[in-house]
This record gives sequence, C-alpha cells and structure tokens, in this order.
Amino acid sequence: MSKSKSAYSVPTKKQKPDTYIFVVWVDNEAGVLARVVGLFSGRGYNIESLAVAEVDAVKNISRITIVTTGTPQVIDQIRLQLTKLVPVHKVAEFKREDKKVIFKEMALFKVVGKRNKIEKCLNACKKYNPVILDETKSSAVIQITALRREIDVMNKKLKPLGLISTSRTGAVAMTRGAKIFN
Amino acid sequence: MPKLLTGAEIVFKCLEDQKVEHIFGYPGGAVLPIYDELKNHPSIKHILVRHEQGAGHAAEGYARSSGKPGVVLVTSGPGATNVVTALTDAYMDSVPLVCISGQVPTHLIGTDAFQECDTTGITRPCTKHNWLVKDINDLSKVIHEAFRVATTGRPGPVLIDIPKDIQFAKTKYKKPNIEKKFNGKSHNKFTQDQIDELVKLISKAKKPIIYSGGGVINSGPKASQSLREFVELTGFPITSTLQGLGAYPGEDNQFLGMLGMHGTYEANNAMHDCDLLINIGARFDDRITGKIDEFSPYSKKVHIDIDPSSINKIIKVDLAIVGDVLSVIGKINKTISKSKNGHSKSNKSNIGKWWEQIEKWRRKNSLNFKNSDESIKPQHAVQRLYELTKNKDTYVTTEVGQHQMWAAQHYKFNKPNRWMTSGGLGTMGYGLPAAVGVQIAHPEKLVIDIAGEASVLMTMQEMSTAVQYNLPIKIFILNNQYMGMVRQWQELLHEKNYSESYSEALPDFMKMADAYGCKGIKADNPADLDDKIQAMIDFDGPVIFDCHVDPNENCFPMIPSGKPHNQMILGPNDQEENKIKGKGKALV
Repeated sequence: MSKSKSAYSVPTKKQKPDTYIFVVWVDNEAGVLARVVGLFSGRGYNIESLAVAEVDAVKNISRITIVTTGTPQVIDQIRLQLTKLVPVHKVAEFKREDKKVIFKEMALFKVVGKRNKIEKCLNACKKYNPVILDETKSSAVIQITALRREIDVMNKKLKPLGLISTSRTGAVAMTRGAKIFN
Repeated sequence: MPKLLTGAEIVFKCLEDQKVEHIFGYPGGAVLPIYDELKNHPSIKHILVRHEQGAGHAAEGYARSSGKPGVVLVTSGPGATNVVTALTDAYMDSVPLVCISGQVPTHLIGTDAFQECDTTGITRPCTKHNWLVKDINDLSKVIHEAFRVATTGRPGPVLIDIPKDIQFAKTKYKKPNIEKKFNGKSHNKFTQDQIDELVKLISKAKKPIIYSGGGVINSGPKASQSLREFVELTGFPITSTLQGLGAYPGEDNQFLGMLGMHGTYEANNAMHDCDLLINIGARFDDRITGKIDEFSPYSKKVHIDIDPSSINKIIKVDLAIVGDVLSVIGKINKTISKSKNGHSKSNKSNIGKWWEQIEKWRRKNSLNFKNSDESIKPQHAVQRLYELTKNKDTYVTTEVGQHQMWAAQHYKFNKPNRWMTSGGLGTMGYGLPAAVGVQIAHPEKLVIDIAGEASVLMTMQEMSTAVQYNLPIKIFILNNQYMGMVRQWQELLHEKNYSESYSEALPDFMKMADAYGCKGIKADNPADLDDKIQAMIDFDGPVIFDCHVDPNENCFPMIPSGKPHNQMILGPNDQEENKIKGKGKALV
C-alpha cells in the first residue's frame, strides 16, 4: 500500500483494537436496523455479532446489541455516529472485559447418535445450563447459554460426539446490580 | 368536520408553511399528482431542469447562497437514482436539501414495477435521514420533520419517498409543531468553563492561528460577523478551508489565504509551526491535513464544531467545544471583552514575532506564476475576472479540478455565501446547475461559474434551463483541453503517462452557445481578455465564455507526497529542487 500511487494518504501507525459491546435503543420502525448496520458497513466498522428485538411495545422501542472491535478512537466514532441517527435514542458501550456487565449468547446443538453419546454431550455442557428441547431415540436438541468463546469451545468438543448442526444468537447484555446503562 | 386534503395538496401545504418559494424538479409517472397540484399554488415556483442531478445541484446552489433549504422534486426510479450524486454532494458539504421523490403505488412496492427502485435503500447512506411514507396520516408530520432534520444541527440532505397512491389519498392536514425537542438532541453543549479555558489558551499563545471552515458559513451571516470581531479582538492570523472562503474577507491583511493541498505557503507553514490552532467549523479533511502524523506537531488544538462526531475523528484535539459557531464565538468575544484588560487577554502584543515570521513566508508569494503575452494563463484569467467583477456583489460557483483551485486561490471573497463549490465529494458538473440555483435565489446579482471544459460538459444540458428562465449566468470556461487535475497528477506521479485525460473531440462552445440560444464568447489572446470579460459581464443573459488557456499549466503551490505542511512545492521556479520521489507519491 505504501508504494501505491494514490491520491490519498497511506495508513499510518495502528493502535491495537479491543472488543466492545454496544447497546443501542432505537425506534422500532422500518429500516432502522438497515441504518445501524449500514453505518457499520459503510464506515468500515466490524460486526462480530448482532442481536435485536423490541423491548418496549408501548413506546415502540427496540434494543440492539452489537459486538464490535476497534481502537478507542474508532469506538468513539461508532458511538457518536450512532447517536446522530434520527431513530436512535440512546447508545451505551462497554469493553468485553468489563466486570460490571453480563453478556450472554445462546446456542442450540443438534446431536445425533446413541444414547450414551448424547449423555456425554449433556455432561460436557453441564456448566452452561443445558436444556433438552427435543429428544428422540437417536437425537437431541440441547440449548445452552454461555459466552461466545465458551460456545466456540463446546462447538468443537461436541463434534466427535455427534453434533451435526449448531444455531447460535448474538450476544445480549445487561449491567449487574441495580444500575442500568445510561 | 375539517376539510380533507389529498397527499399532493398536503405536500404543497407543507411547502407553503415552510415558506418554500422555489422547487427544482423534473416530472414523471410517479409524481404526476403532485405536478398536477402545482398550478393551485402560485407562491411556489417550479424550475424545470434537464436532468435530476441538475435539480439537486441547483437546489444546492440555491441553499448555499441563500441559507434556506433547497427543495427538489423528482419521480421514482431513474428520477431518484439521478439525484443521488447531488444528495451525496450535499451530504459531504453539509448543505440543507429536502428531496421529494415519487414512488410506485404501495401495493406494487417490491414487485419490480415500472420505474421502481428502492429509493430509501439507495439514499440511506447519502442523506441525514429518509422516509418512505406508507400512511397518508403520517405525511404532513414527516415533511415538517424532514425540514427540521435538514436545517438543524449540521445541515444536510433528506429525502421523502411518497408512493403514488399516497399522493391521491385524503386526510386532514396537521400544522407543524414548532420547536419540538428533537429526540433530546440539542446542539449547543458547551460550558462557560470551556470558553474560559480557550480564552486562557488564547492569552498564552505566542504562535496562534485560526483555521475556519464551512461551519461558519452554515451558521449564518452573523457568525461571519462574529468571526471578524474575534479575529480583530485577538489580532490572530486566520486561514480558511475551501468551503469557508468568504467568512473572513479575502483581502484583509490578517487573512493568510486558503490552507491545505493547494493552500498558500504562509497558511500551511503557519499551521505547521503554530502553538495554538483554533479550528472553527472545519473538519480536518484529508486535503487539509496532509500527513496526519506530522500535522501541526507543536500546537495545542481547539476544535469548535456543531457535530460531536467531527471531534477527534481525524485529529485528536486538546479542547473540544460542541456548539453552533455563532453561539460559541459570541461567548468567546464577550468573555474576552469583559475581562478588564482586553489587550492582555487577547494577547495581541505577544504575537509580533509570529507575524514577522508570517510576513517572511508571505514574501515567497506562493501564488505566483509566469504570465505570458502569447497564451492566456488560467491564473491570469481568474485574476482579471476578479478585478473586473470585484465591485459587484458577485456569486461564484465552480466545477471540480484545476480551475476550481485557481478560482479559490485568485478570486477573493469578502462576504459569506458568495462561493459555491463541491469540496467534499468533488463533483465535476456541479457548477453550472449550481449557478442556475444561485441565480434563482438572487435574480439581480452577477453569477459566474468558473468552469473547466471537461467538467462543464457533464451537466451542459442545464444551459437550456438557464435560457428557459432567462437566467443571466456566465459560464467562464478555462479551456485547456485536458482534465487538468488528472493530467497534473499523471505528470507528477505517473511519469507523464497522460492516460485518457485529453479530450480529443471537444465541441465548439461557440456553436453550442448558439444552439442553446445564449451568447458565446471566445478568448485566446491575453490582449483581448479584459474587453471580452467586460462584454460577458455587460451582456444581459446567459453567456458561455470559452477561454482558451495554456494547456500545460499546473496548479501550485501544492503539498506533495508523504510530506507535511511545511514542505510544499512552489511554482515553476522552485520545482527543480523539489522532485517528488518514492513513497511520497501516495500522498499527493
């Protein structure tokens, strides 16, 4: 890049990016998700995961949770750019390492195999509140809630035990204690 | 029971309540009900353009020269896609536009109907906000909100997409509720403490510089007045971005000229060496900063901007003041004046040495060029144009390229809203339609588009609009037969491989003027230039002025390549010593 003949500057020193979670309260109207997601893609920001649903049917408010990576400067920009969108009411962001915030993802695992393999799977998932949603003689659908990397680990671990399909959500977040995001 | 109005009637009711006098547009199937309603609203005049991009740029010219939002009316599909360039241009340069587009009837949306496109989807990234109105009861509220979004905070374009069945549907009209809080987003967020801190910085500075931008113009003529008071109070030197020209008088001694890639030697060196940099309503654009790592390395930086997302986006600043330029400078001026000893606070006496240094840089006379008796030098043409029009209240638009930079360097602006140019997006073809819009807003004033022959051909069809409405715009073409700025970069960076930058088959602009029914003037001899320019000014009607200039002239000074502000290439005399090499090429 630095040798290219360009009308623009070459990228200079890079800071290390961190993982952040954004929580965005928006009017639940047509196109609002496209505005938020378009902002990320248009400005070259990264989306690791995304979760969105209406949380207040009376006020018509949806809550979007976005996991992203960026340098502090980029994270600042993401917050300020999001705040500028007309249907956006409130934006909160925190670092993934932040101890004051819980964040969780859910995953559904479909395991096909003999009983003992399914039992082994359940055992392996023990730490992550496994729930059996569906069961036949030769299969089971197991739901767990955990952190992203924990689900990644389980995903690998269950493969040899008969895991044939995984479905997972984006992260959702909530502060600990009596405080809420502001 | 109150009277029920159709969607089309509501559109005009809203425009009337928003005090709109002119709309720029082009009819088509999906907006016919609105066009049908036009005849019942004599206070609103429709200007028929020849291409929807022209409507958008004309509305931009109208908005930038008058301070009022520009209104555009186009049809669905190609009508909407043609206006996208102008919307993006307005978005980049913070110009308030309200674009109303027709859409296929709601029951056909999503069926790939005739002239259907996803207008709100296409324009989402190039508007501040847009709306697809699917319920007639939302229409008046949406239109009024659209005007509010376009004109408040950092201004910008908005779009309202109205399906044809909504234009026919009937409902009650709702008046705008003025000054409703806008999602709780107020624009002035600064405190007196921040102002005090700035005043403290001002009083300590030894090498200060003010760098002002388009935000001052957008804040209104009063903001320019406040800026002038501020500059006078402090005695500080001031430079301006391309968009900010005119906010401070171009001929004043404290004005260092434009800064940035083609800015003056004194402005750029002052930016580099200063110890206090006060950015007022500018955004540290990459054409301004050059190499970020070495941008103004010794200075405390202050940034005044209405848009919080402009702050720390490119350059980290030491003090950020978020607010409207007029309110902020007003507060600063008051604070400085209030302190008993205005002089010691404003620190005029401490910066004598700095001014001496600036004068040294100034003596380089970085805008100089070698004039000629044989061919017209483009810089000379702009200078003559300025000398012959400076006593009139002249409005200037430009296209994009070398001629644009020469206009910015050699035409001096003393008032805000007199200079309309496409800076952020750099849209060739902007100037001619923009001139149409400016002339509509200021029918009695002299409006000149300083153009290049390549740019102007992109929207040439709008000459027909000018002739139709008898708009006496002057298209002053610096004709060098090249895409000059492209050629300049190819000369400096690509070993003179002039790939596709020469226009082989240019039209005869004299015949073109004839064909459009306006006046054509051609100049190729420096000796006749003044007389011909005067003839152009004196002619009551639109003119195409084909000024043949030296095709090999380059635009200097210029900041090249991997170099900071203090290492510029100056004019022809200086060039031999300063060859651009290696990695530097990437920065030009």
